[in-house]
Amino acid sequence: MADLLIELFSEEIPARMQGKAAADLKRMVTDGLVEAGLTYASAGAFSTPRRLVLAVEGLSAESRPVRDERKGPRADAPAAALEGFLRSTGLTKDQLELRDDKKAQVYFAVIEKPGRKAAEIVAEVLEAAVRTFPWPKSMRWGTGNLRWVRPLQSIICLLSDDSGAAVVDLEIDGIRAGDTTEGHRFMAAGAGMGGRFAVSSFDDYRAKLWRARVMLDAEERAAHIWQGATNLAFAAGMEAVEDRGLLAEVAGLVEWPVPLMGRIGEEFLHLPPEVLQTSMKEHQKFFSVKNPKTGRIEGFITVANSETADQGATILKGNQKVLSARLSDARFFWENDLRVAKAGMGDWLAGLEAVTFHNKLGSQADRIARIAALAREIAPLVGASADVAEAAARVAKADLRSAMVGEFPELQGLMGMYYARAAGMDEAVALAARDHYSPLGPTDDVPVEPVSVAVALADKIDTLTGFWAIDEKPTGSKDPFALRRAALGVIRLVLVNGVRVSLSAVFAKGYAGADVAELVAFFHDRLKVFLKDQGIRHDVIDACLAMPGNDDLVLLVKRAQAVQAFLSSEDGTNLVQGFKRANNILAQAEARDGVEYSFGADPKFAESDAEKALFNALDVAEQAIAPAMRTEDFAAAMGAVAQLRAPIDAFFTAVQVNSDNPIVRRNRLNLLHRIRAVCAGVADLSRIDG
Amino acid sequence: MADTVTLPRSFQEIILRLQAYWGAQGCAVLQPYDMEVGAGTFHPATTLRALGSKPWAAAYVQPSRRPTDGRYGENPNRLQHYYQYQVLIKPSPPNLQELYLGSLRAIGIDMALHDIRFVEDDWESPTLGAWGLGWEVWCDGMEVSQFTYFQQVGGHDCRPVSGELTYGLERLAMYVLGIDHVMEMPFNDPASPIPLKYGDIFRQTEQEYSRWNFDQADTDMLLQHFVDAEAECERILSADATDKAGRRIVMAHPAYDQCIKASHLFNLLDARGVISVTERQAYIGRVRALAKKCADAFVTTEAGGAEPVGVAS
Repeated sequence: MADLLIELFSEEIPARMQGKAAADLKRMVTDGLVEAGLTYASAGAFSTPRRLVLAVEGLSAESRPVRDERKGPRADAPAAALEGFLRSTGLTKDQLELRDDKKAQVYFAVIEKPGRKAAEIVAEVLEAAVRTFPWPKSMRWGTGNLRWVRPLQSIICLLSDDSGAAVVDLEIDGIRAGDTTEGHRFMAAGAGMGGRFAVSSFDDYRAKLWRARVMLDAEERAAHIWQGATNLAFAAGMEAVEDRGLLAEVAGLVEWPVPLMGRIGEEFLHLPPEVLQTSMKEHQKFFSVKNPKTGRIEGFITVANSETADQGATILKGNQKVLSARLSDARFFWENDLRVAKAGMGDWLAGLEAVTFHNKLGSQADRIARIAALAREIAPLVGASADVAEAAARVAKADLRSAMVGEFPELQGLMGMYYARAAGMDEAVALAARDHYSPLGPTDDVPVEPVSVAVALADKIDTLTGFWAIDEKPTGSKDPFALRRAALGVIRLVLVNGVRVSLSAVFAKGYAGADVAELVAFFHDRLKVFLKDQGIRHDVIDACLAMPGNDDLVLLVKRAQAVQAFLSSEDGTNLVQGFKRANNILAQAEARDGVEYSFGADPKFAESDAEKALFNALDVAEQAIAPAMRTEDFAAAMGAVAQLRAPIDAFFTAVQVNSDNPIVRRNRLNLLHRIRAVCAGVADLSRIDG
Repeated sequence: MADTVTLPRSFQEIILRLQAYWGAQGCAVLQPYDMEVGAGTFHPATTLRALGSKPWAAAYVQPSRRPTDGRYGENPNRLQHYYQYQVLIKPSPPNLQELYLGSLRAIGIDMALHDIRFVEDDWESPTLGAWGLGWEVWCDGMEVSQFTYFQQVGGHDCRPVSGELTYGLERLAMYVLGIDHVMEMPFNDPASPIPLKYGDIFRQTEQEYSRWNFDQADTDMLLQHFVDAEAECERILSADATDKAGRRIVMAHPAYDQCIKASHLFNLLDARGVISVTERQAYIGRVRALAKKCADAFVTTEAGGAEPVGVAS
């Protein structure tokens, strides 16, 4: 058994690529080793800005010998067949074995590959991994042809066991694998002056890196940063604002993290907190620090890569200066934007006329006019004032022309809210500006304020009907206009807010020319995916989609939930069996007789108690179901249907439907029809599996 | 390591130290190109010399003009005319990062006190048909340089690859000298008999050019000059490579001058606000087409790495 250490040391790897690269290295190398017949006990991958590292433990010293047997042509086959076989196996005729196989003699090639040394395999596998590494973007450098994310400078490839460590014999594009590396760019002893050191194992490597001021594990660096950040903030009576994405990124920018805290200048504290946070995060990769007493963002934490003689004073001063310049810009944008907003946003709205949304769907201004008209239509359905909804739709996208959103596109909507408030608009209008893009993902919060709901629905439905009308629908994995996401947004808005609306009717009021039926079908597909994620069976969804009113999603989902609950009871599953039996017998009889048995079952022709009981049960069920359906109480309706289970079972046990007496037979078939009709009033149970 | 370098006292001292440093590293210390350009990359010593197989090492200051960045000399760090320091080495040496850090030490940035970071930043010039991978270099959170390994220029793969360093001189110098407003930066030594600040030299020109760039430049004339430069570039390149005396002379550089002109004229038209969003892409495409043709021509020349073509006897 041996341990393997690989380090690919390069110039700075983009932070966002490091995690996946470490995982790719592990996958490619361990897969390659296993494929070549080696086994290993465990493997771990690590990354820093300058290195990808893989440590494999318990690697077998050599691969298992492989015996490969291939069956060739029969002994009496034409000579050409044998020649072909020899060519493909690389053997000569006397190396083949002749064996009895069924009735004839057949040639067999037996190829034995001896086990190979781990070092040989490691060299091959690592070279292949380096040469085919899946970097999102890679480059050449100098005179070489190798591609890597940034220039690759050195490779450690070391196998160690009880008897010692040995460098694997490997050279890739002029880089010879060795057993040495560098520490921190500035803090290691001899940094920048060829201060390389040799290592003998992973443990030795990791310990020496630490002494050379490199924390190998990104998780450890992140933990260290967060610990330091929270301590610094706490000591100042403040709290660091958590941001996991930023934490992961910053951990990829430093080998030896040193958090430092500073204060934001008083003159910037009136800026919206999101502006401060975004500016600091996007431009400077700073964490925000909140003062719990004022609720404002008042400080920042930057993470340096070095410990300095002045405890970071120079670094902090520099960062503070850069931040002031950035926030001066932000304040300039904010103040200019406020002027435009307070003047009624006219400049922005006019500007949107010049912005093309899509060359077949007109400008942003055209689109806003459509959304405003549609929001007006939708407003009464969601309990919003039509006037307020229209007004909100007219200004909801005005901030797209603001300087702040120009600088920070991710603040769209949010700035709209601040600017609408500054303009003295209705608070519902301001919230709609902020929330009308939502929900953007399956877990995103769904707006519930009625005006926001109206504008959010109008926005998405205009997009969907528009792209449908110009035939730009999603196909396969291609969905460049994010129409699936828009449809899911509509679905969640409707369901969360219980909006009772016929989608077909609303789509008909959207962009002219969309095939409404096709769009509804697209929604049904999205709804299936959505409900399946919520644990509702696909056959249950089908059974409910087959019912009238299926473009009212609230009704559809209520029904589906009731059917699903019903089917999870014993009565439910048995009733479906009974229903299907009735349905099958009836369908066969109808097919044979060429008539539809749909009317006039009469209890007076009932011969047995079971038959009479079924009549009674159906009467009771119908009486219970009708009012339940009127109030959309599907649970009650299902409960009533479930009561039919025992009578139906008893009926089929006691009675032969196909009686010799044609009157009795017809009557029984008509009775079966009543079962079908009662069940069909609730859901199409014929679509239920099993 | 010991960083005992003294701090520079003026803008020009920083430039002189960079010149001395890169000269000592073996670069040819060139002079600025004598035409209006948007960045040091446009100098033929970078754009054209990054092409072909011949080794190259050059460093120079390049005055650069970005008409839309004009702020009448009022903004603390935005200028329509500013200086870049540019280094291009082909093939990129394996220790280019170390060489670069050495240049920061040379201008007084003490690595024991500052935080230097290489942060992902891929460079692309749509007008030059060029791109590369590299970083923006941060010093204490401020971007002080752009560091790029050229992969393509003028649509040609760079083989070998050049390493390019671009320093924004004013910003870097302001940081090193501890100055908050560019116009307050000492240009020569403050102890000189006649001390001159950056503003003494450039405040008025910033005002004059800002007015001309934004309000006064004759757009009909600029448009005509653009068309003329484009036509001349193409005409020169389509001319017979053999001159009247029978010598083979491909006019890659004169053609490239016209390409640079067209690029700057586009920038001026942009500052005048007469180019719509849709037209923008078309103009950029036209300049790129010229840059590609110039690159195509340059690689057929000796400096571009082609075998010397003797005069047919």
